[in-house]
Amino acid sequence: MNKVLMQGNKIIGEAAIRAGCRFYAGYPITPQNELPEYMAENLRKIEGGVFVQSESELAAIHMVIGASAAGARAMTSSSSPGISLKQEGISSLAACELPAVIVNMMRGGPGLGNISPSQGDYLQATKGGGHGDYHIIVLGPASVQEIADLTMDAFDLADEYRTPVMILADGMLGQMMEPVVFKKPKPRNYPEKFMMKGAGGGKSKIIRGLILDPLDMEEHIWKLKRKYQMIAEKECRYELYETNDAELILVAYGTSSRIAKGAIKRLRNEGLRVGLFRPITLWPFPAEGLRELAKKVENFLVFEMSAGQMLEDVLLALKGKARIGFHGRPGGVVPTPAELSNVVLRKYNRKDGLTEIEE
Amino acid sequence: MLVKTIFCGFGGQGVLMMGYTLANGGMNAGFNVTYLPSYGAEVRGGTANCTVVISDEEIASPIASNPENIIALNTPSLMAFQNRAASGGNLFINSSIISIEPTRHDIRVFKIPLADIAEKLGDKRTANTVMMGAFMKITGLIPPDIFLKSIESVMGSKKKEVVEMNRRAFEVGFDFLK
Repeated sequence: MNKVLMQGNKIIGEAAIRAGCRFYAGYPITPQNELPEYMAENLRKIEGGVFVQSESELAAIHMVIGASAAGARAMTSSSSPGISLKQEGISSLAACELPAVIVNMMRGGPGLGNISPSQGDYLQATKGGGHGDYHIIVLGPASVQEIADLTMDAFDLADEYRTPVMILADGMLGQMMEPVVFKKPKPRNYPEKFMMKGAGGGKSKIIRGLILDPLDMEEHIWKLKRKYQMIAEKECRYELYETNDAELILVAYGTSSRIAKGAIKRLRNEGLRVGLFRPITLWPFPAEGLRELAKKVENFLVFEMSAGQMLEDVLLALKGKARIGFHGRPGGVVPTPAELSNVVLRKYNRKDGLTEIEE
Repeated sequence: MLVKTIFCGFGGQGVLMMGYTLANGGMNAGFNVTYLPSYGAEVRGGTANCTVVISDEEIASPIASNPENIIALNTPSLMAFQNRAASGGNLFINSSIISIEPTRHDIRVFKIPLADIAEKLGDKRTANTVMMGAFMKITGLIPPDIFLKSIESVMGSKKKEVVEMNRRAFEVGFDFLK
């Protein structure tokens, strides 16, 4: 397959179709509109492909529930305010153990906010988002190529663990074009017994999230919990960049990790040994990989386009074993590598006691 | 090597197309590239812009706060973007419709009367390709033959005459600047 120059939003569409996605429902919102546009144009050309521009975000996510229950690879997408609306349905998907892929191209918030790239939905995405005891897998791509690869992986993970999977990117990754090569998708491996295909002569199937007996509900939640533990053990992914000799480690994901890499190049030119820990799975958070680094490095600096969200996971992972600083630009501001390298210069040589956090 | 270029002008002048063909050419020449259009709450008939980054290393940010090159096709975008140019950088302006003088004296300014040249060529719509010719002559970012092939692949679905017309426009632009 040749390299092509494509926009992040459209790449999700193409990768999803290649991965066998046959149902898409969504409601327009900037900065992800090119994705439904792409699906409208291309999903209809595929046999069995269904595209619906729904009347609302709530309708879209519930259509996805239906399509998933019927056995289709299903997807919906939106941006921050729209994802808030979908949370009820995402909670239902988790409760019913239905696979689905949800794309969030984050923009500045809270509220309607603005349409600039932001990372303000990290906590919503990784800590549940909707009501109830559940988690979803959250993938944080940092390039357009990774968007293509992770979109395909998202469908496989969703099937394997029968759980919703979210691709958490932002307006910049959605709007940006970069060269991309689509990998060969894996054949789908999802047993028919989980699909609503009509009982025929057999026993009827029930898929529901309403479990009125608390003891039954408790049992169901512990079952989900065991599944989440298994995901956390098996599916953590992260990237290490220039960490071998590092004196200070930046922790950043998605767009901000790219900016961090730019800052690291500048700092290394000045002789500062700075590296990057980049979580690729945001849930499960790759805490073990981070703890491994903390055996050798004392200084960490969390960098996000938010007021400090992933910071909480870093604090939990390192539990006072390192000096943790934070630099954030919330609200849709995209900081420059030069700005971040100035911040690192200030923090690089700090040797004061192991504080939990300093901003 | 890391070169950032901002293209700006009216919507409809082919601003996004210029950036897209440059990014495509960069990719075909074996570089890492990013292309970032301005998006969102723009006014119809207002300014459009896009940023292209070409590098032989991984590209950190697709945003350019101090681009090496600025291509301005109309007066409002010249005013909006000229102060962003890196000192020593290049500013290419469409002198057919930009009558004001740039205020920067620490950058190289190239004036190309795009509309006049394109009209002589027989198709006003080739103005942006004329500019790309001039741009490539000065920056030498991508070998002209690779860039021309990229134009062909980008315009793939259009008629042969259109591709040929753009090839000529590129050459005229390339030869315009000494």
